[in-house]
Amino acid sequence: MSRTLTLETAARRGSLIPLSTRLARALIRGLPLILVAAGWQIAPSVGLISPEALPPLSAVATAWWGLLMDGSLASNGVSSLWEVTAGLGLSIVVGIGAGVLMAWYAPVDAIVSPLMKSLYPMPKSALIPVMILWFGLGAGSKIASIFAGCLLPVVLSSYNGARGVDQSLVWSAMGLGASRRRVLWEVVIPGALPEIMAGIRNALAISFILMVAAEFLVGQNGLGYLISFLGDGGVYDAMFAGVLTVAAFGFFADRVYLLLMQRMLRWRE
Amino acid sequence: MAGMMEPARRESLLTALRVGSGILFFGAWQLTAMSHVFSEFLLPSVPVVAERLWHDLVSGDLVSGIVLTLIRTFIGFALAAVGGIILGVSIARVPLVRWFFDPLVSAGLPMPKVAFLPIFMLWFGVFDTSKILMVAFSSIFPVIVEAWAGTQNIDKYMTWSAMSLGVNRHRFLWEIALPAALPQVFTGLQVALPIALIVDIVCEMQMGGEGMGGSIMTDMRFADSPGVFAYIVAIAIVGMVLVKAMEITRRRLLLWHQETQTA
Repeated sequence: MSRTLTLETAARRGSLIPLSTRLARALIRGLPLILVAAGWQIAPSVGLISPEALPPLSAVATAWWGLLMDGSLASNGVSSLWEVTAGLGLSIVVGIGAGVLMAWYAPVDAIVSPLMKSLYPMPKSALIPVMILWFGLGAGSKIASIFAGCLLPVVLSSYNGARGVDQSLVWSAMGLGASRRRVLWEVVIPGALPEIMAGIRNALAISFILMVAAEFLVGQNGLGYLISFLGDGGVYDAMFAGVLTVAAFGFFADRVYLLLMQRMLRWRE
Repeated sequence: MAGMMEPARRESLLTALRVGSGILFFGAWQLTAMSHVFSEFLLPSVPVVAERLWHDLVSGDLVSGIVLTLIRTFIGFALAAVGGIILGVSIARVPLVRWFFDPLVSAGLPMPKVAFLPIFMLWFGVFDTSKILMVAFSSIFPVIVEAWAGTQNIDKYMTWSAMSLGVNRHRFLWEIALPAALPQVFTGLQVALPIALIVDIVCEMQMGGEGMGGSIMTDMRFADSPGVFAYIVAIAIVGMVLVKAMEITRRRLLLWHQETQTA
């Protein structure tokens, strides 16, 4: 069984398959994306769709290069990245702490968990106006919106993860004379890690939604501001370039996180 | 300890705690407001917000806002549900469809779909059409993925038995594949509905056109903080009710399924 499994993993990683076959497969797999791109280029060029509504892909690429060169992509990208990092980072630290403590101390659990479960389904975008009232029209309100929106998914997954830790592991660690603190750090948190990391992935997706939505509404800077500004100004080829950039940004953030997650959870096998 | 209590007593204790935590939440809010650490503008007191909520409820503004938001959310969600199930099942069962949509779906799933909002505004204007389509576009991906996985993972023995009993393709789809995939399809719908609501509110905040998102932005622009807080409470309640309703529907719909019977 394990032998076939390793062979299968090897085959999946491609080490048993010749390079040419692998390239051909990647091409066949990626072909639909190329077809969509070609359709995007051709349809507006031959007048099937008005180039006003859908600028040809080449025009979008040119506009993207322009945004890159005049620095607007970099400056707005940096402020978006800062907001996501600060908001999400804060929610991870606070969320894991709160979630694990709730699972660890029964009285905290009894009071907080029903509250948390009823607030969890709250549509997170509704918090943005309050954050604007509290923190004004700057980075603060955007970071606070992202933090508030990402907090509960992290708390809930840490809580569920910590509660799901095999009790016999906790008991044996204690039986072997480990202090409560060590049990917390060396048994409970590692045991909860898979669920915590899944919750953070969820929060990552939410952080991008809130980042873009808050930048639409707050303005001044950020990639969301950039695309809505370009759209309002009627510079549609650059607007499409901005939208694609944000979409790619979100996609790659998720992929990088997925790799990190697999790496950090490798010990589980 | 709790495990040793008889179920009825335990249940009533839990209910008491649930109610108690709600009281604690509003109590903490009220105490913070009364302590004047924050100004009344930043944190209006509970009675002020409750009065505002009541006022908006009686005047009918709140109800019409909720109805408008829910109509847009549900139409968009329904489009996503129907389209997502059809697409997901076809991806699982038709190789050509799978070849075409697999890379598109895996690229689209982790993308922040709200970023496409200016494109939808360009194509469909700023009224209901663009909001509904934006909601559908944002919430369709989890439905596709779960319907796809649910149909793909149908028990082989069940498929083989049905085939050896001579079931045709049409009956197989309706009587075997779809019911067997239903739990996972419903999971997709449960993920999609909150997304639909979030995105609809973002659309209303950005494009206006009333609804709860539009009204909360109007109140914010007029620096009417009791109004903003009243809408937050209303939106939270609507979100809670929707998620609860989905859970109840799931239990009803899957009455025959092991997950309901063991729980």
